[in-house]
Amino acid sequence: MTRVSSWTRTGARMATLLVAFVALGCGRGTTQAGGTGDAASKVYVPPGQYDEFYMFASGGYSGQVSVYGLPSGRLLRVIPVFSQDPQDAYGYNEQTKPMLQTSYGFVPWDDAHHPSLSKTDGMNDGRWLFINGNNTPRVARIDLTEMNTKEIIEIPNAAGNHASPFVTQGTEYVVAATRFSVPTPQKDVPISSYKENFGGQISFVAVDPKTGKMSLAFQIHMPGFDYDLARPGKGVSHGWAFFTSYNTEQANTLLERNASQNDKDFIAAVNWKQGEQCVAAGKAKSWPTSYAHNWVDEADIAHSEMLSGEKVLEPADCPGLVYYMPTPKSPHGVDVDPSGEFIAAGGKLAALIPVHSFTKLQKAIADKAFEKEVDGIPVLKYESVLSCEVQQPGLGPLHTEFDDKGNAYTSMFISSEIVKWRVKDCKVLDRIPTYYSIGHLLVPGGDTRKPDGKYVIALNKITKDRYLPTGPELAQSAQLIDISGDKMKLLLDFPTIGEPHYAQAILASAIKDRQLKTFDLAGNKDPFAVKSEKETRVERKGHTVHIYMTAIRSHFVPDNIEGIQVGDSVFWHVTNLEQDWDVPHGFAVTGARTSELLIMPGQTRTIVWVPDRAGVFPFYCTDFCSALHQEMQGYIRVSPKGATTTLSFNTPK
Amino acid sequence: MTRFSRLSLAATAAALALVYLLPLWHIGLKAPQYPEGLGLYIAVNRVVGEKPQDLNSINNLNHYIGMKRIVPESIPELRLMPLCLGALIGLGLLAAAWGRRGLIYVWVGLFLVGAVAGLADFYRWGYDYGHHLDPEAIIKIPGMSYQPPLLGSKQLLNFHATSWPASGGLILIAALSVGAWLAFREFRASRPIAA
Repeated sequence: MTRVSSWTRTGARMATLLVAFVALGCGRGTTQAGGTGDAASKVYVPPGQYDEFYMFASGGYSGQVSVYGLPSGRLLRVIPVFSQDPQDAYGYNEQTKPMLQTSYGFVPWDDAHHPSLSKTDGMNDGRWLFINGNNTPRVARIDLTEMNTKEIIEIPNAAGNHASPFVTQGTEYVVAATRFSVPTPQKDVPISSYKENFGGQISFVAVDPKTGKMSLAFQIHMPGFDYDLARPGKGVSHGWAFFTSYNTEQANTLLERNASQNDKDFIAAVNWKQGEQCVAAGKAKSWPTSYAHNWVDEADIAHSEMLSGEKVLEPADCPGLVYYMPTPKSPHGVDVDPSGEFIAAGGKLAALIPVHSFTKLQKAIADKAFEKEVDGIPVLKYESVLSCEVQQPGLGPLHTEFDDKGNAYTSMFISSEIVKWRVKDCKVLDRIPTYYSIGHLLVPGGDTRKPDGKYVIALNKITKDRYLPTGPELAQSAQLIDISGDKMKLLLDFPTIGEPHYAQAILASAIKDRQLKTFDLAGNKDPFAVKSEKETRVERKGHTVHIYMTAIRSHFVPDNIEGIQVGDSVFWHVTNLEQDWDVPHGFAVTGARTSELLIMPGQTRTIVWVPDRAGVFPFYCTDFCSALHQEMQGYIRVSPKGATTTLSFNTPK
Repeated sequence: MTRFSRLSLAATAAALALVYLLPLWHIGLKAPQYPEGLGLYIAVNRVVGEKPQDLNSINNLNHYIGMKRIVPESIPELRLMPLCLGALIGLGLLAAAWGRRGLIYVWVGLFLVGAVAGLADFYRWGYDYGHHLDPEAIIKIPGMSYQPPLLGSKQLLNFHATSWPASGGLILIAALSVGAWLAFREFRASRPIAA
């Protein structure tokens, strides 16, 4: 109680400061706080020159990933991941529709949170980017040479895949844990039977080291808390992964109050190497939940399969698998320092930042310094695992990232600031306001063994007066802060797509020269591809018509098609014959109830069109491809059902 | 021929074998939309893009001005040139082995004739592609032709075209120069020194 009331007092003080601060901010106009004298030159990337870093930001509830350059903050690309994208036709064209299959059917949206770059020996290797879908529990893998989504796996027995998909030191696994405990496996029970029936699944998804292909290795059936965030260990703590939990009260209603009663909740320390051994020893049970696995094959075509029979470990059956570290209070982020020794928790309702020690954790386990057990999981004594506490850091600590000089940077949601502190003794060194209510933050390579400690980027939830207003709905915001000196300096604000939650950044030099420029036409394995205009044709099979079409500057072949009937399913298979960098062609036809196609050089994409009326309809290229782009058009004639118009099409002279 | 001349001639003729592997000529094209440039390498038996898709891209662009596609398989010179080069190498080695002075004059003479004929043919080839355009071409500019320069650079609409010998061509020039120098030495040695 003392702790709470002291927190409340501090809170009231800080809240007053916050109010005063915002009030000051209101009339500032162009002389707003932030931005030091030489800031412009530090973020200026001259026209035609490249940024030093790629930043991959979650698109939040847009379901996508956005790619920015740092330090300029320029938006470079939006990668479609969990949501249909009418620009790329992702989720609309036949080749990518299977990517959005789930056990619930076709789900064209998700809430994406945490991009996580693949790692080799604890360093970003620039091969893949993983990101979680929170609402329909999923993990996606993006190929970083193509910047396209290549695989999505659904996480069974979970609900709210929030503590995901952080990767282990060598990308052995991406982890997943449920933010909402649910009946495990799902069943029809009273909500009030939460304590008896609800569980919180933690999952380890194995990643093939060569292909990146994901498979669900095993799950741990944990007590029904809310598992919020995670970080695998590295260096000394490699082989372990840490998961925060809240609602250890196991409340099922009004969690705002009922899940905020315990002074401490837990960080679950999971020894996944022990888990591997228990699975190998046959201690896992096979569960029957079905879940979707979708991937893009070598022909650039997505497939979806349903799997089941996931291997589930009960902690009680696998001693040494899980320990609980008590952590104040309702902790959100859990972050591991570059050495792997220190584990910082963002106790969002705590007036301090607890830092656990991995060495102490090992000693406490050896000494059996247990306070109690919860469902067969030993709870360690708080003091026995604690390294130090950052006292009075600010309000609402959420997430911590690290630089390469032994410092940590923690985001403070309520006091809207970043606090810099020293890892070894928890001493606060500096603080800087953020505009406003920062969530995650990142240092390029901040979760690796050797961060690039040049910048920290604040990812803010509230924008208010930072940009020209755009009605009630405003962009969210990232802020670039220089951390190369002792004092943090704000350099730049830039808006983001959706809620940026987390982002990760990597040196551009690690991936820029590996970017694919065109798809190889000769190697195009799409069964509906045509590699020259001579092969173009139209074929009818019952009420289905396949149009094998080519696009090249500045014409389609064929560009006159007749003999289609109302109600036919017309498959437009368009191959872009270009092999020239940055010459995509688009395709759109009147009355299509999907989207356009956007076809990269050498690629084949397919859209289905079902004409509902007779007439002659134009189709055209939607991407301004050339000087004669406007001429890149054609007509298709649709006759009434049962008409005798013969199927015909023109091919080159 | 002196021993030096015979050995040098043999080495020069043998070095010409490298020309089978290396490109003779490079044609480069740059435009606002092609800051990275497009390029063609011409070798004795092939025409290839500087980057894998450059030939295809150049052909596709050329359709706007009605230029014929460059189809290496249908260029007879690419079948003839390897034979000529082979003959030149063979004759050079033969002349070196035989050692008669007159043979080096013949060899250099043939080389020179071949080189001039090659350049003339290259000019003709460029003229043909640049002038014989499809009358239904998309872009027609009165008086405009698209012949690439024989040597040097030239602006062709939005493209800045360059044409220079490449490594194989430089070897040919060097070999011809060495041959001419050897021939001159032999010629001088065959006459009494003027007082």
